[in-house]
Amino acid sequence: MSNPSQQSDHIVPPKVYAAVFLTLLLFTFITYKVAFVDLGEWNVVVALLIAFFKSTLVALFFMHVYYSRRRTSVVVLSALVWLFFLIFITMSDYLTRHWLY
Amino acid sequence: MSESESILRGHFRDMPQQRDASSLGMWVFLATEVMFFGGLFLTYTVNRAAYPAIFAQASRQLDVTLGATNTAVLICSSMTMAMAVYFSQKGKRTALVISLLLTMGLGLVFLTIKGMEYAEKFRHHLVPGYNFQYAPASAGPAQLYFSLYFGLTGLHALHMIIGLGILTAVLIEALRGRYTPEYSTPVELSGLYWHFVDIIWIYLFPLLYLIDLHR
Repeated sequence: MSNPSQQSDHIVPPKVYAAVFLTLLLFTFITYKVAFVDLGEWNVVVALLIAFFKSTLVALFFMHVYYSRRRTSVVVLSALVWLFFLIFITMSDYLTRHWLY
Repeated sequence: MSESESILRGHFRDMPQQRDASSLGMWVFLATEVMFFGGLFLTYTVNRAAYPAIFAQASRQLDVTLGATNTAVLICSSMTMAMAVYFSQKGKRTALVISLLLTMGLGLVFLTIKGMEYAEKFRHHLVPGYNFQYAPASAGPAQLYFSLYFGLTGLHALHMIIGLGILTAVLIEALRGRYTPEYSTPVELSGLYWHFVDIIWIYLFPLLYLIDLHR
């Protein structure tokens, strides 16, 4: 059972951390710069897509999800699914009320 | 009796199983934290959808430069935290201690900058329930925006303060030489928490500071 590939304490090489770190800084700079460009409604979309990309990098590499057992991914995905329900169901109410009244 | 046997609790078969159980527990806790912050993010989304113009105007009262600086500071602290985990897994005590100190130092820099931003809001009469003054026509929704700003960033800052407490405990144990390549779980789990708090800020920064700058 203690096959190394199944252990959750995979040692991630510092090179990987450094690459992730530089990418995160780069995309922070990009999201900051893009915020001053008028994309209309798309500013929110672009900002959230960049945030999602950055948080995915943090989770996969800094938090070792990429190297962990699949069970860890199930917990992460279940959190995202619940968050989706929370936001989707509530907003489907709030954003459609004026259809009726 | 070897070091690892004394660390292994009786109800676990071996060290990998014990580490696995601890890691799973931490991830389940972080999933509940997603729900915890999720409610506030949702409240923000609903109210921004209801008052887009006033929220946009109110959000431009924030200092984007300080917000961006803080984002970079937190990313740096995540990097040093990741290195702390690496050094603990490698059994390099001095490097571990230095990484932990750097992480905590950057956490303090973040809180200091956040404090400067808060002080500015107090000076500009933008604190709901204390000294809020705003153009009367949009005062209500603007107050909502600043309530959410303080609620979200305040809860985040509280998590940072708790994180600093956790890292202090880890630092003390690291100085005592408690962590070895066989046993570094507390460093790893504190790292998960620290990175999670970073992820929350990765969403707070664009949502509170950036998305209405172009208007």
